[in-house]
Amino acid sequence: MDFKNGAELLALCEEHQCPVSEIMKIRECDCGETTLPVITDRMNKAWEIMKESASSPVADPRRSIGGLIGGEAKLLSEHRAAGRAICGSVLSRAITYACAVLEVNTSMGLIVAAPTAGSSGVVPGVLLALQEEFNLSDEEITNALFNAGAVGYLAMRNATVAGAVGGCQAEVGVASAMAASAAVELMGGTPEQCLSAASTVLMNMLGLVCDPVGGLVECPCQSRNAAGAANALTAAEMALSGIRQPIPFDEMLAAMYSVGKKLPYELRETALGGCAATPYGCDFACREHA
Amino acid sequence: MAFISVFDVLGPNMIGPSSSHTAGACSIALLARKMAPGPIAAVDFTLYGSFARTYRGHGTDRALLGGIMGFATDDRRIPDSFRIAEEQGLDFHFHINREEEDVYPNTADIRMTTVDGKVLTVRGESLGGGKVRITRIDQVEVDFSGEYSTLIVIHSDKPGVVAHITSCLSERNVNIAFMKLFREAKGQTAYSIVESDGQLPKDISDGIRANPYVRDVMLVQP
Repeated sequence: MDFKNGAELLALCEEHQCPVSEIMKIRECDCGETTLPVITDRMNKAWEIMKESASSPVADPRRSIGGLIGGEAKLLSEHRAAGRAICGSVLSRAITYACAVLEVNTSMGLIVAAPTAGSSGVVPGVLLALQEEFNLSDEEITNALFNAGAVGYLAMRNATVAGAVGGCQAEVGVASAMAASAAVELMGGTPEQCLSAASTVLMNMLGLVCDPVGGLVECPCQSRNAAGAANALTAAEMALSGIRQPIPFDEMLAAMYSVGKKLPYELRETALGGCAATPYGCDFACREHA
Repeated sequence: MAFISVFDVLGPNMIGPSSSHTAGACSIALLARKMAPGPIAAVDFTLYGSFARTYRGHGTDRALLGGIMGFATDDRRIPDSFRIAEEQGLDFHFHINREEEDVYPNTADIRMTTVDGKVLTVRGESLGGGKVRITRIDQVEVDFSGEYSTLIVIHSDKPGVVAHITSCLSERNVNIAFMKLFREAKGQTAYSIVESDGQLPKDISDGIRANPYVRDVMLVQP
């Protein structure tokens, strides 16, 4: 069993009356010539790493190698614990955990690229927040990761997840679309609602450039991961409420890819434009690369 | 189109911060280590392009050194690789080359000296997402990824050597996925590189060495 686009995925879900995650598992076993216990083990391991990277910096803040970030997860967590969070608990947790993963990543800790290292905070951030808030089991979360994987696979197959090719919309944008779709399945939505949420995210993050200060995966990457988590939850909430995204996921993915290829070279991970080209960014780069 | 696994999307599991500058660097060095003609006593790394400019902030140097010591991309010892290398008595040096422009952006040359004085230099490129390829062995341009079980035969550019290699492989029932031949110049040193789907038998090298024109055989298993 295999699918090449979102429409085929939805048709398979309809035909087999099962969620996106289930189709992705069958595809992995069929096309990857492996078995359900093997892929379940691997996904459990990935989720263990994700959980640790999303939670450990809350108690144990990390300074990044470049020194641009560090300690954000602890600050956000204390802010929420003090009852001052203005986002509500789910969103506050999601952005805390997304920031945490980037702290771990930039301090040479262990993370799971999802789909890239620079966008590795969004999926675990959203899923860990939902797990804590709604008392979900690890098994439910690892199922949702297969759903996220289906969306990411389609992006890798039919577009790109490389910032150097398609900008940040292809990295954090796709990560956020993956998280939105996974969140919808996790909270009882249909396969159509999953891809509707993913489509909404790609629409809302369309055109986002990749412009890392000093060429490092620190600033604005950490903030963008937090924003990606917020985008994912917004799109999931809209889909779950019954709002339908008129533009199909496959068409939004093609639009994202097309916009990505039109982005100027300076705004595709070269550290020559955007945030990287601000006076602050230029000064930092001169000091860092001296 | 190659199969894209769910673990290509949710993965690799890696020490950050960058799949190309950290995980990819580690993978290049790990491949180089597997090609070394014995235990490594000293290593010189030369960094080019983006590696040369941003290695410090990406931990590229620590990842390269970790890979040379056999650490995988998800090994938590990578951040401490300098200290570990010193404890192991491994002599290591980094050279930054910002002048050479005519190289792929993320390139490293790794010159390894073994405990008994043999020297091998390998060039690797990090292609993004943790994918890498080896593009040079000593002075000869080559191309392989290390994702497959790989046999590298160094031989004189003479008739019959390739036929000898393939007959050794077919005797052992090895199915060749890719086979490429590279050479310095006509009649000089040549490299035959065979990539196979299954694990290559460890003793495959013995039969191949029987040919008088074969100088060395390396087996790089994933």
